[in-house]
Amino acid sequence: MLLLTCPNCGVEADETELSAGGQAHLKRFAAGSSDDEFESYLFHRSNAKGVHFERWRHSYGCGKWFLAARDTNTLEVFGTYPAQTPEPPKDLIAAIKKKRPDWKGFAK
Amino acid sequence: MKRYSAFAIAREAVRYHQGWERAWASPVPKKEYDVIIVGAGGHGLATAFYLGKNFGITNVAIIEKGWLGGGNTGRNTTIIRSNYLQDPSAAIYEKARSLYETMSQDLNYNVMFSPRGVMMLAQTEHEVRGYKRTAHANALQGVKTEFITPGKVKYLCPIIEVNGPRFPVLGALWQARGGTARHDAVAWGYARACSDMGMDIIQQCEVTGITQAKGQVTGVETSKGAIKCKKLAMVVAGHCGVLAEKAGFRLPVESVALQALVSEPIKPCMDVVVMANTVHGYMSQSDKGEMVIGGGTDGFNNYTQRGSFHHIEETVRALVETFPMISRLKMLRQWGGIVDVTGDRSPILSKTPLGNCFINCGWGTGGFKAIPGSGWAMAETIAKGEPGALAAPFGLDRFKEGRFIDESVAAGVAH
Ligand SMILES: Cc1cc2nc3c(=O)[nH]c(=O)nc-3n(C[C@H](O)[C@H](O)[C@H](O)COP(=O)(O)OP(=O)(O)OC[C@H]3O[C@@H](n4cnc5c(N)ncnc54)[C@H](O)[C@@H]3O)c2cc1C
Ligand SMILES: [Zn+2]
Repeated sequence: MLLLTCPNCGVEADETELSAGGQAHLKRFAAGSSDDEFESYLFHRSNAKGVHFERWRHSYGCGKWFLAARDTNTLEVFGTYPAQTPEPPKDLIAAIKKKRPDWKGFAK
Repeated sequence: MKRYSAFAIAREAVRYHQGWERAWASPVPKKEYDVIIVGAGGHGLATAFYLGKNFGITNVAIIEKGWLGGGNTGRNTTIIRSNYLQDPSAAIYEKARSLYETMSQDLNYNVMFSPRGVMMLAQTEHEVRGYKRTAHANALQGVKTEFITPGKVKYLCPIIEVNGPRFPVLGALWQARGGTARHDAVAWGYARACSDMGMDIIQQCEVTGITQAKGQVTGVETSKGAIKCKKLAMVVAGHCGVLAEKAGFRLPVESVALQALVSEPIKPCMDVVVMANTVHGYMSQSDKGEMVIGGGTDGFNNYTQRGSFHHIEETVRALVETFPMISRLKMLRQWGGIVDVTGDRSPILSKTPLGNCFINCGWGTGGFKAIPGSGWAMAETIAKGEPGALAAPFGLDRFKEGRFIDESVAAGVAH
């Protein structure tokens, strides 16, 4: 069972308490953007096999959103951090690189 | 290829079954093919089959990283139906369903297609209205379905509790010509027919790179070396995002785990397929007597082919509520597959940003039923370089244009 620590309330929650919210750090495009930008913001996803940055909601706990870095191939959780973080924290990236030397790095 | 027949069984019986041939060859890859298909699941194999049968293109390789049919094709619960809502879906799923009817004869391979009928229970007012709408849409599409009463539900499947405490059965969408087929046999039958046409099925060979020049694919890198091709088709279901990344583009798809389980075998007790979308579970009985059970996908991106335990719990709870008599059955096996889910729950059969590269994916939780129709449409797209009438609505361009084929109702439960 997947366990994620909610950075908002500090609870180590199992997945039945949480809702997955898809890929994190998407750059928003709205009115005035090109069709390509809008399509890719709405639909295109990295769908990575390996390191994945994603949004989660502590729905049956504090109710708040947060972000997580996780390996979709092993289910290893690298860490969680607040939803207000525009890009993954540097120390988290460094920790992932250490564990996954082949990883190409964070890409939007 | 020697034909399978009653006569062949008799012939082999008198010579101690020494004369059966291998069903397909395991060749060493050639340097170049007219068409390379990545992925020897049902969709990849059916695409190859119709390339040969409908277009005479047989210089084809089907490259598979594991064993053929070892992906979702060999992991699914084999429900076949075509009672979708939108016209493009009805067209391709009904084409597939009708091809299933003659598949055993067409392939000379018994795929055990069993049109036993598929029933989708309506357990809320909302569902009643939704399914009535689908039944009307199906009537216009020429797909025979009907909305039936709780009495008829009980008559067709006596083990259902129609007066359940939470969600009594209010009716059902019934497709008498839907059913099930033997999943492995579908892959094996196509593989045998493709091999017989001279195509190369290359197993235990992973495509690791896609070589390109001037916006065209020139070949693939594999664990067995580089192989050139004139056209490439990616038919890898849950791994479509991984392969697309290698080709340099992204897809509107996310991969999640979907699970299924089977019980210990019991005496025949239901001869239809029942899906209960509100409580979220579905069940049928295999020829061996096991109850074949499926439910929902996990919510998060996942490539582990396992799935989470609490989903089994939810599914089993839903089914015990619907079929109280199964409450003391023991479950024998559980497994998962990685399904490729799109935003509108409809598949992608499409050209790609690379000129001679085509993609077939996004069948998500419900593509077993579509295998022959999808192969038929995909072969046409590859052979002509442009999609025909069946495939055209399912292009990638629909996401840019907002022209969705919304099947989130018809596919409310994974199946
Ligand atoms: C538990 C479960 C229940 C289901 N129930 C139903 C149902 O009742 N009815 C229904 O209609 N559908 C159902 N489905 C969905 C159905 O199984 C799939 O939509 C369908 O089988 C997809 O077929 P495919 O040929 O596209 O993919 P697959 O059968 O998964 O084949 C893709 C192949 O590509 C190979 N591959 C991937 N990457 C590479 C690479 N880089 N190089 C070489 N090969 C590669 C894989 O090894 C795999 O064999 C279910 C699915 C699951 C998991
Ligand atoms: Zn919390």
